[in-house]
Amino acid sequence: MGTGEILWNGLALFLTLSIFSILYKDNPFYKIAEHLVVGVSAGYFAIILYYNSFIPKVWVPVVHESKFLYILPTILGVLMWTRFSRKWSWVSRYPIAAYMGIGMGVAIPVTMQAYILVPLYATMQPIGFTSMALFNNLLVAAGVLCALVYFFFSKEHTGAFGGVAKVGIWTLMVGFGAGFGLTVMGRVSLLIERFTFMRDYLQKLFGF
Amino acid sequence: MVDSGQWTVIMKKILEKLENMDRRIIFIFIALSIAIPLLFPVNLNFSVTQPVQSFYDAIENLPPGSKVLVSCDYDPSSMPELYPMNIAVFYQLFKRGDKIITMQLWATGTLLVERAMNEVLKEFPDKKYGVDYVNLGFKEGREVVMVSMGTSIPRTFPTDYRGNKVETLPIMQGVNTFDDLTLLMNISGGLPGTKEWVLQVQSRFHVKLGSGCTAVSAPEFYPYIQSGQLVGLLGGMKGAAEYEKLLKRPGSAARGMDAQSVSHIVVFLFIFIGNVAFFALKKSKKRLKV
Repeated sequence: MGTGEILWNGLALFLTLSIFSILYKDNPFYKIAEHLVVGVSAGYFAIILYYNSFIPKVWVPVVHESKFLYILPTILGVLMWTRFSRKWSWVSRYPIAAYMGIGMGVAIPVTMQAYILVPLYATMQPIGFTSMALFNNLLVAAGVLCALVYFFFSKEHTGAFGGVAKVGIWTLMVGFGAGFGLTVMGRVSLLIERFTFMRDYLQKLFGF
Repeated sequence: MVDSGQWTVIMKKILEKLENMDRRIIFIFIALSIAIPLLFPVNLNFSVTQPVQSFYDAIENLPPGSKVLVSCDYDPSSMPELYPMNIAVFYQLFKRGDKIITMQLWATGTLLVERAMNEVLKEFPDKKYGVDYVNLGFKEGREVVMVSMGTSIPRTFPTDYRGNKVETLPIMQGVNTFDDLTLLMNISGGLPGTKEWVLQVQSRFHVKLGSGCTAVSAPEFYPYIQSGQLVGLLGGMKGAAEYEKLLKRPGSAARGMDAQSVSHIVVFLFIFIGNVAFFALKKSKKRLKV
């Protein structure tokens, strides 16, 4: 391992431990590492967006290719910055409105198809008890119906209706449980990567 | 001798301590459950789940030499889960002789993709840039970029990451829209990611789409397999490890599975102990009231 690698990876190790130190209690090392993350990220993003967005989408088309129509979205972008002025912040509503309009125009036509109709069709599959696949389809259909009943608030959740709603909330709980389990797995994965990094660095440094 | 009354008081004190356990004790146990398996691996076995098998099969069943778009939409924060998938996808495609067209919708992902590609290229030194693979680079615009690619990929990405004109590259000959690609694979760290690819591309252009995503977002995407909107799904580090197992090329995900399993057992035990303490205390408080 070269001197540069020892120093840079050593710094990474120090910052990792500084971030972990918040688990004990708040301290200056954590604060330094936290501020560094925020500052470096902001600076990195600013440079990347300058070279990937401003230069190819504003500078080159307007200055080199004389495509002056590109000035319009540029002005809208600049108007976003008026949010920082109390007097002029209302102007930023125009670019926000344009942005929302574009967003909705892009999303709405396909949302119904992709998020509602196709999943609905996938719920309406043949059901039965003769095979595992058919039984799974039955579970999915029953779970969806019960969960929908739980969200029906125009009738009191008592008697048979209340029973179905209870199955609905259990179904939701199973979903939340799966979500929580996978979230734990995701967070542990991040920790494993940091531990692996620290192990590899120390092994290389001390040669054990 | 300890009589039953004293015994109840001792138990109550233990349960109260367990219920109000200092969270730092849990942190220490979690740290140990990860550090020990990493230092002394035992290579615990794990099975391959259907969504991962389908993901693998989707690539394996492609005609040889297919052109596959791999959109790597992630950044360093989700690197532990997604980077191993990224490497494995590149590896499987190169091993089969397929052509890789890669792109990024996350600004900070470009360098990671270059690194993953360089790592895989060590095993395939004969692969040529522009002929067997190309990196179109990062493009700002999220869903608008996706929709625009449905009209024209070369117009959406006039130049690649290295500044070459995309139209001049041999790999891009005959590639104009999604119709000219055999498969689309998305490595998704959040937004924009798989959800947007399903919405804007799969439903509009009916492209075959596979996804590798973080564990946090996996529950949201599993229904897409049942509905046929995804051909396969790799969920988190476990999904990546299963995929590496299918490829018979263990990487960082497979190596992390021991730590993953042990830490999950520890989390489970703490949840179990916490619940036992909670319900036992509740019961004893009721008894005291009576």
